Amino acid sequence: MAEGSSSIKTNLPLVLPSRTARIWRERIIASVLFLAAISSVLITLVIIYILFSETVIFFEKVIELDQMSLWQALLEFFTGTDWSPLIEPLGIGILPLLSGTLTTCFVALFVAVPLGTIAAIYLSEFAPAKVREVLKPILEILAGIPTVVYGYFALLVITPVLQKIILGVQQFLFPGREEWDYFQLPGFNMLGAGISVGLMVLPYICSLVEDALQAVPLELREGSYAMGATRIQTALSVLIPAAVSGIVAAYILGFSRAVGETMIVAVAAGLQPKFTFNPLEGAATTTAFIVSVSLGDLPHGSLEYQSIFAAGIMLFLATLFMNVLGYFLSRRYREVY
Amino acid sequence: MVKPTEGAVVTQQEPLKKLAEVRDLNFYYGHNHALKNINMPIYEKKVTALIGPSGCGKTTLLRCFNRMHDLYPGNRYEGQILLGADQPRNLLEMDPIEVRMQIGMVFQKPNPFPKSIYENIVYGLRVRGIKDKAILDEVMERSLRNAALWDEVKDRLKEPGTSLSGGQQQRLCIARALATDPKIILFDEPTSALDPIATVNIENLIVELKDQVTILIVTHNMQQAIRVSQFTAFMYLGELVEFNDTMSIFTKPVEQKTADYVSGRFG
Ligand SMILES: Nc1ncnc2c1ncn2[C@@H]1O[C@H](COP(=O)(O)OP(=O)(O)OP(=O)(O)O)[C@@H](O)[C@H]1O
Ligand SMILES: [Mg+2]
Repeated sequence: MAEGSSSIKTNLPLVLPSRTARIWRERIIASVLFLAAISSVLITLVIIYILFSETVIFFEKVIELDQMSLWQALLEFFTGTDWSPLIEPLGIGILPLLSGTLTTCFVALFVAVPLGTIAAIYLSEFAPAKVREVLKPILEILAGIPTVVYGYFALLVITPVLQKIILGVQQFLFPGREEWDYFQLPGFNMLGAGISVGLMVLPYICSLVEDALQAVPLELREGSYAMGATRIQTALSVLIPAAVSGIVAAYILGFSRAVGETMIVAVAAGLQPKFTFNPLEGAATTTAFIVSVSLGDLPHGSLEYQSIFAAGIMLFLATLFMNVLGYFLSRRYREVY
Repeated sequence: MVKPTEGAVVTQQEPLKKLAEVRDLNFYYGHNHALKNINMPIYEKKVTALIGPSGCGKTTLLRCFNRMHDLYPGNRYEGQILLGADQPRNLLEMDPIEVRMQIGMVFQKPNPFPKSIYENIVYGLRVRGIKDKAILDEVMERSLRNAALWDEVKDRLKEPGTSLSGGQQQRLCIARALATDPKIILFDEPTSALDPIATVNIENLIVELKDQVTILIVTHNMQQAIRVSQFTAFMYLGELVEFNDTMSIFTKPVEQKTADYVSGRFG
């Protein structure tokens, strides 16, 4: 034994790398890592600066063109219900874009939150290991489909189906009229777009809720089963309360993605800004407006060009608000286990 | 391998009643043969301790009683665990939920649910579909009193169960198990995560509870086995080496392995 251990000792390297070389290597590594970390912060700050400064220029132009004070312009911006910064007379009320964004998001969450949560509970608590191994990668593939595909899916599949359903329901409830007397769902509508956005965020929500459920400690799960609870009782009354911070964070992230979604709504909801919360109508969302305007050649510095930033800043503030809210909500519920 | 000695049974004052009996029990984690031919009785309203070195299968045996192994695929039981004094039924062939409704469990680490103290206690009743507030209130108070926790928490029943200290949380878990009036409560090293004072409290509680309920406890602490139990089973490498009344196991063990273990020579 003694011989064995001494022979192991002699195998240890006796020459360590030089101390100064080591210190310098550490320093270089630390500064490279620091640069990588700081660059993302810097880029974010630059983006915010550009958004703000271009928005200021937008308001300056509006004030100059319409001969109104800054306060009037801001009031008009936040309360006006007409958004037409490209045509005279100028409409600079942001509400139509916000209502479009909120309506599609609401429809999207209406689809994605219940479906995503149920699917996550199934995957995490009910699915046999084999089923989960197949379904999880499929969910991840769904999350990787380009969103423009979802847009055309809404336009070419969801909306026609919805049109048939809505017509059929009306014919069933009020029979005996000519087909054109019934309400027709327009080809561009926020319902179809919203459902499609919902399908797009569904895999994210499902996957994150599933992660949150899986993260619940085993003792809690077993404690519930040991009391004679069934799987569904355990899932609903122990696991979901235990995972609530992660679940709320999943919903908020889903909402943020829905707010920022561009191609689906641009393709399927139409590009006409309209102040309405009725999902059966078409309307432009904030993001759809931004792409539609920037599709044409925009002279740098024109009011059209500046209006993109004014709309963009609303989008930025909306997602920022949701992310901060999500942060505090998940903090608020964290101390449960 | 020694069969339960009849002598042990005779030395007891009152007549002993078997509440459950393990017969030729084998258990497999997949291909891992973790319990080998276990035979032992569980006497009603007594504390039975399971002792033995780490990895000998104490937890595995305990979790057979409430069919916890059913939660994971690949586990397999063979043999019988008969439950009930008069008309024994093999609980390995019953519906696991039905088994768990009669056999409660307290875990190594306190595991209060993310709910109020009140809701933690009545969880087992809610699971059984009992909604009557009067019944819930009554059972809740009785269970907390039985677990010697009532005075400490009666003014804060709405607070989360996790706001209690570790020892209080463990008594909360005991109260939760008591609330459904189980035939047996299983304890898996219930004090290993607690400080000495909380440990003494839990031990005293177990001693008191044995008048109401049958208890099976896994422990690493031999002093604890002596303090709380009337019967002790010594296990080694998946086998039951010796079962007897606790005094006999610790003062005049029959098997050499048991003697070595209880005198601290290994394990
Ligand atoms: N989930 C499992 N899958 C496979 N083997 C397992 C599993 N759990 C335990 N075992 C094995 O079964 C044997 C008994 O384990 P068990 O947990 O019952 O021991 P124990 O006596 O409770 O030990 P300790 O005192 O350390 O808690 C061990 O050899 C262990 O490796
Ligand atoms: Mg154990």
